[in-house]
Amino acid sequence: MEPIDTSLIDWSRAQFALTAMYHWVFVPLTLGLGLIMCLMETVYVRTGKEFWKTATQFWMKLFGINFAMGVATGIILEFEFGTNWSNYSWFVGDIFGAPLAVEGIVAFFLEATFIALMFFGWEKLGRKTHLLSTWMTVLGATFSAWWILVANSWMQYPVGMEFNPETVRSEMVSFAAVALSPVAVTKFLHTVTSSWVLGAVFVVGVSAWYLLRGRHTDFAHASIRVAAIFGLIASLLTAATGHQSGVDIARHQPMKLAAAEGLYEGGQGVGLVGLGILKPGIDWSNPSEDPFLWKLEIPCGLSILATNSPEGYVPGIKNILEGGYVGEDGLPELSAEKKMEMGGRAIEALAASQAGKNEQAVRILRENFPYFGYGYLKSPAELVPPVVPTFYSFRVMVILGGYFIALFAGLLLVGKRIGRWKPVLLAVLLSIPLAYLASEAGWIVAEVGRQPWAIQGLLPNCAAVSKLSACSVQTTFWIFSALFTTLLLAELCIMVRAISDGPDKESA
Amino acid sequence: MSIRGIYELYRDGFRRMTLGKTLWCVILVKLVVIFALLRVFFFTPYLQGTDEQKSRTVTAELINRH
Repeated sequence: MEPIDTSLIDWSRAQFALTAMYHWVFVPLTLGLGLIMCLMETVYVRTGKEFWKTATQFWMKLFGINFAMGVATGIILEFEFGTNWSNYSWFVGDIFGAPLAVEGIVAFFLEATFIALMFFGWEKLGRKTHLLSTWMTVLGATFSAWWILVANSWMQYPVGMEFNPETVRSEMVSFAAVALSPVAVTKFLHTVTSSWVLGAVFVVGVSAWYLLRGRHTDFAHASIRVAAIFGLIASLLTAATGHQSGVDIARHQPMKLAAAEGLYEGGQGVGLVGLGILKPGIDWSNPSEDPFLWKLEIPCGLSILATNSPEGYVPGIKNILEGGYVGEDGLPELSAEKKMEMGGRAIEALAASQAGKNEQAVRILRENFPYFGYGYLKSPAELVPPVVPTFYSFRVMVILGGYFIALFAGLLLVGKRIGRWKPVLLAVLLSIPLAYLASEAGWIVAEVGRQPWAIQGLLPNCAAVSKLSACSVQTTFWIFSALFTTLLLAELCIMVRAISDGPDKESA
Repeated sequence: MSIRGIYELYRDGFRRMTLGKTLWCVILVKLVVIFALLRVFFFTPYLQGTDEQKSRTVTAELINRH
């Protein structure tokens, strides 16, 4: 066995996480703000009031800044797949490449075509044609998100594939199974609706700033009203899709759910930890004491979240490692040790198949392939993801999600009276970074919670990573940090200046 | 819209840009950094050669890491 330096894995993961989190700063605002400007332009086309045209153009300008700053940041992720995660990239074959190619061809060109008409066509196109261009631009961006999330979902729930031992690649046997897997559908809905929430928070936050400064008050009140209605609907949809996401995770990634809940021993009628403080330094694969310093639990909440039943069984970390409980297929789950043994057999069969002992080796490989990745693990403890970041990120996401529902409902209830309450306006303005925090926290739950896997059950990070020098990955990490910070500061400056100019100034 | 109309849409659109010019500059700088610097110096693909060679490399890696 050839050991892989753990610091190489950690730095490669850190570099990928940094790039992905930076890319994600731009995506949700594009999706959320895009739809709000579509709604405003629709009102303009229906009513013919110039006020709504001015409002649409202002938010479109901010959309353009965000779009321009975010464009191409995702390409670096694709470079990292080829350089830092070459085994992974080869192993996934065209399953990962196909959705990304569809994204590039269909969605990107849809966006690229219509975005020019949207920005340049105000005086050249009819109102309805221009409105169509705006909707198509945002639809294109949403389609892009769909295909990227299909690729991500496949890593969480690999379906519609068959492993070819000759090429050591996974081959797609059903495009529909990959593109429409339940995990992909839920992930898309939850991600897009939560992005709409972020867009709505951005609009009410910027509008609150105008009210604080006593500028553009009619514009600010109108924008708050549109964004609050949209945001309330979006945040309720986010809660509903989040629940479905919980059900999916319970079925397909129970360890992630156990980590998000800090649940060591599961059972029936398990409570949901609403708030809690974990004891530091706990060994989550075998804690010697109660891992909580304090917790506030909602009785049977986790069972309801995971199974839609107050008496539903939810396995904890211990149960998943020991196995024996009834899994999603109705059969007793295997223990981690057993899965590791079967994974080892699969890898040995792969080696034998390459050495020419084909038929029997391939049969053994196929029988044990669902546990292929377990063969790389040295101990069951490696199956436990980092519980602390997963647990706290989950709480940050859910609590802020609840706050946004209250925020939008409150804004609709108070209406124009909000202009009199400066501390409330300040709180609304400060909600903008909270929306980004909630959005990034959601991804931390999704990605940290599924460690150690690059592909769930099939390929852990220690097998997926390229054998580079940890030092070179560390160097690029710091280069990226400097680059991304510079770009982010540039965006903030341009965005703040555009907001400061206000909706009266014509610039595009 | 005729070909001439499309040409004029783009020509007038680019001419009238104010903030857009700054954004295009940022995009171009970013693309140069990504493709001429990061891609060339930091992100050469790890697997080289034909598909068969790549397959052999990954197979060896996956077997040896067990």
